[in-house]
Amino acid sequence: MTLDDLPISVPARVAGFGPLAADVADRLVELGFDEGAEVETLHRAPLGDPIAVRVDGATVALRLALARAILVTP
Amino acid sequence: MNVVETVSAETRLPMVAVVGHPNAGKTSLFNALSGARQKVGNYPGVTVERKSAELALPSGGRVELVDLPGCYGLVPRSPDEAVTRDTLLGRQAGERRPDAVLIVLDATNLAAHLRFALDVLRLGIPTVVALNRMDMAARDGLVLDSALLAAKLGVPVVETIAVRKRGLAAVLEAVEARVAVPRPALPDFTPGDPRKLGREGRDLAKAVTLQEGSASRIGRRLDAVLLHPLLGPVILAAILFLMFQAVFSWAEAPVGWIEAAVAWLQAIVSGLLPVGVARSFLVDGVLAGVGAVIVFLPLILILFSFILVLEGSGYMVRAAFLMDRMMASVGLNGAAFIPLLSSFACAIPGIMATRTIPDEKDRLTTILIAPLMTCSARLPVYAVIIAAFIPAQRVWGPVGLQGLVLFALYLAGIVGAMVAALILRRTVTKGPAPTFLMEMPSYQVPALRDILVGLWLRAGAFLKRAGTIILMVTVTLWVLASFPKVPEGDGRTQVEYSIAGRIGNAIEPLVRPIGFNHEIAMSILPAMAAREVAVAALATIYAIDASDDDTSGLIERLQGSWPLPTALAFLAWFVFAPQCLSTLAVVRRETGGWKWPLFMFGYLFALAYVAAGITFWVSSALLG
Repeated sequence: MTLDDLPISVPARVAGFGPLAADVADRLVELGFDEGAEVETLHRAPLGDPIAVRVDGATVALRLALARAILVTP
Repeated sequence: MNVVETVSAETRLPMVAVVGHPNAGKTSLFNALSGARQKVGNYPGVTVERKSAELALPSGGRVELVDLPGCYGLVPRSPDEAVTRDTLLGRQAGERRPDAVLIVLDATNLAAHLRFALDVLRLGIPTVVALNRMDMAARDGLVLDSALLAAKLGVPVVETIAVRKRGLAAVLEAVEARVAVPRPALPDFTPGDPRKLGREGRDLAKAVTLQEGSASRIGRRLDAVLLHPLLGPVILAAILFLMFQAVFSWAEAPVGWIEAAVAWLQAIVSGLLPVGVARSFLVDGVLAGVGAVIVFLPLILILFSFILVLEGSGYMVRAAFLMDRMMASVGLNGAAFIPLLSSFACAIPGIMATRTIPDEKDRLTTILIAPLMTCSARLPVYAVIIAAFIPAQRVWGPVGLQGLVLFALYLAGIVGAMVAALILRRTVTKGPAPTFLMEMPSYQVPALRDILVGLWLRAGAFLKRAGTIILMVTVTLWVLASFPKVPEGDGRTQVEYSIAGRIGNAIEPLVRPIGFNHEIAMSILPAMAAREVAVAALATIYAIDASDDDTSGLIERLQGSWPLPTALAFLAWFVFAPQCLSTLAVVRRETGGWKWPLFMFGYLFALAYVAAGITFWVSSALLG
């Protein structure tokens, strides 16, 4: 399952990345999307995109297209 | 190393660099330590702001504290992150290698912030860690063992609450001890693997956490309302509308005081000096010109207050989040919302703020449309024309017609910018669709000190402009409009006869079709130096031609001499008008050449001409 499919307020863990440029993947790691990190989708913007995701102690906003490249397990 | 030494003698003090994540409260801590003593400059070659301040240490020694741009790691992804990396590595042109580093960490998000701290510590520079936002940690029930953290990191850790000035003395003491430590040679540095550092950061955070906190409930509740799919955009629109109404209504009284003070000075000078060139120079040139501009200080301060509060409270990134989908539809990114909103104050900081946009094409598009956001320098122009030609009547409740027209002008700029972005993204700045990725800071009540320091720096910059560029242009214009003296018995007025009048005559045929008169033709050229000069120029031109016992202000003089369609066309011109020279200079620096500033100048000039023309023709037809 990927992060964009995760329903709101359902915690999950980051399992890895799908196909993604290395520098984008590194930035995601720096923002906390590391393997094993707990994530939870908090909000969806008007029209459903982007989404706000809690990861560790931070909240990160990202587009669905990018969330699709983040693998999660419930 | 052949780095240009640009530091003056007074700054050859030990240098302490303040680093941290963008949302660690780094600037708050810097402001709390330095107050209003900070100096704002630029790094050579890039438009990254360099904020520094001289500080006294407990023992009486002094250091220079430098606030480096916030970043998430030592692999830069934007020009401002590159400045932080290069300064820490001693490679930044015009900057010394720091003698010590002050790392600011957010206690409520320790794992992520420790990852960055661990990377910086590998550089071996003597370090002090400020464990900031301890008040929010306490509120969430989070308990940390800062002594254990200090032992594990091997550097002093000081608990701080920057917004309440807690822990500052301890920070200074620790800094004092660290700058005394000789700085080791720089190790052969390669940035650490973010995954490995991340694991270390998480393990360390777990080890020093005595009691887990529960995520802030207030923040969650606020977000539930402010990011609500329906309520969120409505609240955002209401905040922006309030901002523009406030600019007009709250500023009314202070603007009146400044106007009265300028008139009082003019009366004093007129009383002291005999009728002649010297009196005309001071009253019609200096006081009329500069006075016409500084009355707008209150408007600019109100606008900046709103922007600073929105930024300091953490709302700004939420606004970007709400706007992203709309921005995406014209090929932009929600992150572009922040530079664009700053451009309402001034396009220069706005264009500089685009540095945080990682994608090149995305950033270029944002730069090109930033001048369409009505900057505060255009506010004086709008304010004068609106006050002269739009009746001050109430439309609905507290909403006045003048405020509504102002809102419409801002809206015209925004719509113009969106259309321009759409076209640019399909033509000259075509590229892959950008993404949107931003950390949302936790909400906080912005510290009054941070707002005041921000306003102080901006008021200073504005008054400096009024005192230099605007004064210079106004004086030049006064000279051009006052000489040669019109001969006795000549049917023409002084301004018509002068050099400025003749230049105006040359331009007039070009702008006559869009309804502009002789005086406007003379004012739009100096407005290129700074846009508010258009007002100063009109004030000077009309003041020179007025008889000596005529004490009416610019507004009354305009009412008597401009037809309404001309006034409206003039407003439309300034919605799109080619931006000032400083903006063009910043665009040249940011884009590394003349190509884009010239392109920007050309497309905005064409837009302004067409918009003013259409406004003039349509309103002439409607008003008969």
